[in-house]
Amino acid sequence: MDSMKRFVADFGLPRIIITLYLFALFFAAPFVGVNLPASISDTMIRIGMNGIMVLALVPMIQSGCGLNFGLSLGVIAGLLGATISIEMGFVGAWGFGAAILISQVFGAVFGYGYGKLLNRVKGGEMMIATYVGFSSVMIMSIAWLILPFKDPTMIWGYGGTGLRTTISVEGFWRHILDDFLVIQIGENFKFPTGAILVFAAMSFLIWVFFHLKIGTAITAVGSNPTYARASGINIDRMRIVSVMMSTMLGALGIIVFQQSFGFIQLYEGPLYMAFPAVAAILIGGAGVNKATLTNVFIGAALYQGILTMTPSIFNAVLKVDMSDVIRIIVSNGMILYALTRKTKVAK
Amino acid sequence: MDSAEPILSLKGIGKSFYGNRVLADVSFDVGAGEIIGLVGENGAGKSTLMKILFGMPVISETGGFEGSIYFNGKEARFKTPFDALDAGIGMVHQEFSLIPGFTTTENILLNRESLNSSVLVDVFGPRISTLDRATMESRAKSAIAKLGVTLDPNMLIKEMPVGHKQFTEIARELCRENVKLIVLDEPTAVLTESEAEVLLSTLRLLASEGIAIIFISHRLREVVELCDRVVVLRDGHKIEDFPAKGSSTKQIASLMVGRSMEAQAKIDAASAARSTQSDSDARETILSVENLWVDMPGETVRNVNLSVKKGEIFGIGGLAGQGKLGIPNGIMGLSPAGGSVVLNGTPVELNAPRAALERNMAFVSEDRRGVGLLLDEGIDWNIAFTAMQVQNQFLKPILGGLFLWRSDAAMSNLAEEYIKLLEIKCTGPGQRAGNLSGGNQQKVCLAKAFALRPDVLFVSEPTRGIDIGAKHLVLDTLKKYNSEYGTTIVMVSSELEELRSVCDRIAIVYEGRIEGILPHTAPIEDFGILMAGADRDETTVALVGGN
Repeated sequence: MDSMKRFVADFGLPRIIITLYLFALFFAAPFVGVNLPASISDTMIRIGMNGIMVLALVPMIQSGCGLNFGLSLGVIAGLLGATISIEMGFVGAWGFGAAILISQVFGAVFGYGYGKLLNRVKGGEMMIATYVGFSSVMIMSIAWLILPFKDPTMIWGYGGTGLRTTISVEGFWRHILDDFLVIQIGENFKFPTGAILVFAAMSFLIWVFFHLKIGTAITAVGSNPTYARASGINIDRMRIVSVMMSTMLGALGIIVFQQSFGFIQLYEGPLYMAFPAVAAILIGGAGVNKATLTNVFIGAALYQGILTMTPSIFNAVLKVDMSDVIRIIVSNGMILYALTRKTKVAK
Repeated sequence: MDSAEPILSLKGIGKSFYGNRVLADVSFDVGAGEIIGLVGENGAGKSTLMKILFGMPVISETGGFEGSIYFNGKEARFKTPFDALDAGIGMVHQEFSLIPGFTTTENILLNRESLNSSVLVDVFGPRISTLDRATMESRAKSAIAKLGVTLDPNMLIKEMPVGHKQFTEIARELCRENVKLIVLDEPTAVLTESEAEVLLSTLRLLASEGIAIIFISHRLREVVELCDRVVVLRDGHKIEDFPAKGSSTKQIASLMVGRSMEAQAKIDAASAARSTQSDSDARETILSVENLWVDMPGETVRNVNLSVKKGEIFGIGGLAGQGKLGIPNGIMGLSPAGGSVVLNGTPVELNAPRAALERNMAFVSEDRRGVGLLLDEGIDWNIAFTAMQVQNQFLKPILGGLFLWRSDAAMSNLAEEYIKLLEIKCTGPGQRAGNLSGGNQQKVCLAKAFALRPDVLFVSEPTRGIDIGAKHLVLDTLKKYNSEYGTTIVMVSSELEELRSVCDRIAIVYEGRIEGILPHTAPIEDFGILMAGADRDETTVALVGGN
């Protein structure tokens, strides 16, 4: 009984309820006519799509910069990488590689400036980050219109200048990871091996990083900056490194997202990327100053699982197509829940 | 000015916190119109006594107190500070408890404002009544007039000079109708010498009107000048209670710091045992500090010159707020500092913690939880982190040295070693430092510094807030470390007894300067005089009056 109580306390009652709810959805699926293998496959694909963006939050949480609500900045770096790669005419693996490479350069530059800014607002990082996210998206909305892109697949058909709101990556690198070593079982089940592998590899790199001297220093900065300073650590530099990592991972994350989704979403698209990632890692049990890879995995699985399953089950039960409404209610509801419990770290 | 019936009479007051006795059998009387000077070292029990008098909740939460208090002829046991205020006791705190954005009048009359009545008040109750500004101002003015100073009743507190803030506080206490006793805790600590003079004459004026005053101060000259009687507390006991007239600051100082016979004998024995090795003059200088200033809030260092010999234990003492804590914090780069610090013949870069650490100096901070520990990490991280970051210990190179991999096993071994050596009570190297007791946390901090194998080790308030057993272990460990490894130790402490039992030479800091350096064998009165800065009162007046 005692160990049961401790488990509940450690894991968190709401998280147990969320987990049970997710299992209930999977269990109910066959009875309401939802294809279970397809649902599981969808969930896996979504985890692969979004996992790296959840992972991108870890460095900043560990360094004490809080939740990266300005993840949109990294997403913008990723968008720049993707569009420039297409503009340069690369296709297939080359195109995908070029997109990542270019996005990392932008991510590093943006991350450095963003880190400098956050070092000036210690204590108010999360609020400033939110506004960095908003304002960078708005500035880029202008930039997408006036940047000299020429590729006809990307620019508006009628005017001849400015990029479209959504750009298909079909013919460039659509599903390049999802279809890499894909495991197809039956008609409906598809395991996106490539995307999951990349997510796993990035997770491994993060794990390695936080076992290095510099990663240890970053963790100490997040745990007690004064202690770190007294131990001769340059706090500001460590924080900048973490912000750069977060931004660069965000850039990589959005490119992985796009290859699966099939489209590059410009303009206000990046706005809707930070909150789901934040919600996922919080549901996974991370705190504002501590996050583990377990938090990332559990969070991504729970959040994406529920987001995939709830609309399809409800649609099947209600016989009305309101999947999008339900998706929005569920995702924002989970963000709300996650933000209210952001202080306590669960195991 | 003595009256037959004392207005306040304390009988056999005693108090212990969690088995730690801080006050024992303290009794004294205060007559109407009498000014009592209450003096004692830090931790002598002055503030606890005042907390008891005021019925601060912390006292009843920790099990109440012994003895009884008679106020105005009746036994008084105040449950909250409000009861004490209602009974007619006023308190002026060391830290200003004023609202910066309010005017003098508003602060003086806070929560006792004069109110206008109206129909609305009759209907909805007094909470919606408006303020009668004119009456309030005249009430405030009359309170200020009692002080014999001029204050603008409409000035905002934040725009005032410090002295005026202090007067506002006193005016607030005076403004209560029935105030009979005012307690002032270090009222002159923040004032310039001339402002302090005005305050003292104000207090005399109040006393002549029959208000009793308890005056707590470290400035002994003021105590002698102002008070009718002086009560000396030491280690929770009342040591003396004598008329101030005819006493000297020197006499009070020696009473403040003097120790009981056994303790003295023990220290002397310890000193004698060490006297063979304290031929420090012959040894070479390892650290010399010149014209050091440190901007550490509350512990400002103005101009410190000292030199520390290789292998000695050098003590730095002094009363709180005089700047002794600023010295190690400045040298180790934690607080903004200037001047010159030379270690082994080469200057040390200031304002750079890393530079100080790389020169093989280590620091055990007085702020254990704030600076000393990673509360959310394990003991192993806490001990090994600094050594890892500064000296690349506990790291394995991988990929031909391109990356440095943290060796958790090596950190854990190190932690195990120190857990055994320093008898740290814990569940294992992985236990979070935040879950350890104060004494064990202090041991972790020491272990962190030892892991650096420093040439010079600064230890700041090593025994603050830890129990007696842990205290002995910490001090013994320092002595052992000093003799085994020849590490030079600079120990800063408020407890003179502790310094005298451990150190070879002791510097006393007063107002941000070294007042004097004495061997540990020097008579205790000499230390007391240096701590009170008594010798320099004239020069101080000149210096402080100048700004």
